[in-house]
Amino acid sequence: MLSQFSHLSYVITVFLMIAGLFIVIARGNLIKKLIGLSVFQTSVYLLYLAPGKLLGGTAPILSAQFTVYSNPLPHVLILTAIVVGVATLALGLALAVRIREAYGSIEEDEILAKDNAFENLQEKHA
Amino acid sequence: MSLEQHLPALQVILPLVSAPLAVLLRHGGFAFAIVTAGSWAAFAIAIGLWLQIGTIDGGIISYQIGSWAPPWGIEYRVDRLASFVLVLVSGIAALVLPWSRASITREIPEDLHYLYYAMFALCLAGLLGITITGDAFNIFVFLEISSLATYVLIALGRDRRALAAAFQYLIMGSIGATFIVIGIGFLYLMTGTLNLADMAIRLRDVESTRSVLAALAFLTVGISLKMALFPLHQWLPNAYTYAPSAVTAFLAATATKVSVYVLIRFYYSVFGDSLVFDQLPLPQIMLWLSLIAMFAASAIAISQDNLKRLFAYSSVGQIGYITLGLSFGSINGLTASIVHLFNHGIAKGAIFLLIGGIVAVTTHRGGAPAALTFDRLAGLSKRMPLTCFGIVISGLSLIGVPGTAGFISKWFLIVAALEQGQYWLVGAILTSSLLAVAYVWRFVEAAYFRSPASPEKIDSPAVNPENEAKKPIAAEAPLSLLVPAWLLVGATIWFGLDTSFTVGSALEAAQQLLGTGK
Repeated sequence: MLSQFSHLSYVITVFLMIAGLFIVIARGNLIKKLIGLSVFQTSVYLLYLAPGKLLGGTAPILSAQFTVYSNPLPHVLILTAIVVGVATLALGLALAVRIREAYGSIEEDEILAKDNAFENLQEKHA
Repeated sequence: MSLEQHLPALQVILPLVSAPLAVLLRHGGFAFAIVTAGSWAAFAIAIGLWLQIGTIDGGIISYQIGSWAPPWGIEYRVDRLASFVLVLVSGIAALVLPWSRASITREIPEDLHYLYYAMFALCLAGLLGITITGDAFNIFVFLEISSLATYVLIALGRDRRALAAAFQYLIMGSIGATFIVIGIGFLYLMTGTLNLADMAIRLRDVESTRSVLAALAFLTVGISLKMALFPLHQWLPNAYTYAPSAVTAFLAATATKVSVYVLIRFYYSVFGDSLVFDQLPLPQIMLWLSLIAMFAASAIAISQDNLKRLFAYSSVGQIGYITLGLSFGSINGLTASIVHLFNHGIAKGAIFLLIGGIVAVTTHRGGAPAALTFDRLAGLSKRMPLTCFGIVISGLSLIGVPGTAGFISKWFLIVAALEQGQYWLVGAILTSSLLAVAYVWRFVEAAYFRSPASPEKIDSPAVNPENEAKKPIAAEAPLSLLVPAWLLVGATIWFGLDTSFTVGSALEAAQQLLGTGK
C-alpha cells in the first residue's frame, strides 16, 4: 500500500515547482510574482527533505535499540535555504513598496508603460 | 598554526566582518575606511594565495573550516583557477572602493553611504566565497549573499528605473539560484556528498543516470541565468544602466565572471568533460548560444543611444566569447575562456569607471544623474580628454586590437578554433569583432568628431552657484576618479604586452582542470 505512494512527495515537489515558476512568468503583479517565487523556492525544500526521511528511521543518535537512522543533513541545509528564501522575499517586498511609491503601481505593464512614456518625453526634450 | 595557513578563511572573513562593522559605525567615513581596509586585505591575501600555490606540490590548498575533515566538513579549496579569479575580484574591489568615495557623493544620498559600503563588502565577501569554497551547498549560500547585496546596490540608483531593474534582477536571479540549488539537490541525492572533489569521484558510479543529467541541465540553466548567457540576459542591461556607477563597474568586472567560474568548476571539476561533452549536446548548444550572443548582443549594442546601456549589451556579447572557448573542451579553448574572463573584466571595469567619471561631472550634487545619450557626449573629448582617451583604449581591448589585453584572449580563441578544424569560426570571431569596432566607434564619433552641443543642453554643475569653481567647459573628472580608472586602463595595456601572469595562470588552470598538468 505504502509503496504505491512512495513517489508522492516527488509528484508534489514537481507540481509546486511548476506552479510557482508559472506564476512568476505569467503574472504581471509584482506581489503575485513574489508569491510564485516563494512557492517555487519552497518546492525545493521538499525536494531535499523528503529523501532524508527513512520510514521507521529515528534521529541519528547512536543507540543499541535502533538500527535505522534518518539523515539529518538535509534539514540543516534547508534551514539555511529557508533563511535565504525569507531574506529574498523581504527584500522583494521592500522593493515592491519602493516601486509603488515611485510609480504609483505594482503592475508590471503599467510600470513599463510609464518608463516608455518617460523615455519618449526625454527624446522629444532632447 | 601560523597566520599563513589561515589565509583561505581570512580571504572571505575579512570583507564579511567589515560589513556589519560598517553598519554599526553608522558613519560614511568610518565605513569607507573599514570596508576599504577589508578589501585591500582581501587583495593582499589573494596575491598571497596565488604565490603560495606556485610553491605547493600539486598546486592545491585545502583548508578545513573548523578542522572538520572533508568530505564531512566544509572545505575551502584553492587551485590555480580559484586563485586567479580571487585576484581579479578582490583587485577590482580594491580599486573600485576608493574610486567610489568621490562618485557616490553625487549619486547616493549622504545618509545611505554607510549602507552602500556594507552592501559592497557583503557582495565582495559573497563573490570571494563562491570562488574559494569546495562545497556545493556553500556555493549556493555565498551566491545568495552576493546576489541579495547586489539587488540592494542596484536599487540605490537615483533613477526610479533602478528599482524596477533591481526587482527584475531579483526575480530572475532568484530563479537562477533556485535552479542551481535544485541541481545541487539532485547531485546530493545521487552521491550523498556535498564536497565537490568527493562528488566528482562518487559521480563516476552513477554517471549516465537521468538524475545526474537533469542536475547538469538545471545547473547549466541556473548558472547561465546568473552569468547572462544570451537568451537569459534580460536582467543585465537595465541593471547596469540604472545602478550607481561604482556598482556597475564592480558588477560588470566581477559578478558575471564569477558565475562563469562556477560553470567551469561544475563542468570540469565535478561532472568531468566526458559527461559534459559526450552525453549531452551541451557543446553544440553552447557554441550556438555563444555565436548568437557575439553577434546579436553586439548588434543591439550598436543601436543603443545610452552609453552605459551600449556597454551593458557589449558585456552580454563578450560573455559569448568566454562560453565559446568553453564549448571547445580543449586546453586552448579553456585557456581562452579564462584569459578572456580576466581581460574583459579589467577592460569593462575601466570603461564603467571612466563613464562614472563623466556621470560625476555632468550630475548636480543630489540631482538625478543625467542619461548619457550620445547627443550629450558630443565634443566631450575637448572637455574630458583623459577620460575619453581611456575609454577608447579600453574599447580597443574589447575589439581585440594587438597590444591590448583583448587581443590575447581572442588569439587563443582563434587558435582553439583552428585546432578543432573549424575555420568558419575564425571568420565568425573576426566578423563579430567588427561589430565591436562599430559600437566603440559610436562613442569615438560622438566624443571626438561632433561639435559640442549648445551650453544649456549640458547639465553642468556651474548652474548650481555653490559649484561655481567647477566650470562645465574643460572640466576633467577629479583626480580621485581618474587615477583608479587609469590604473585599470594601464592594466589592459600591460596584460596585452606581458602575458606571463594571465596566460601563465590560465594555462596552468586549464591543465589542472583537464587533468593533463603536473
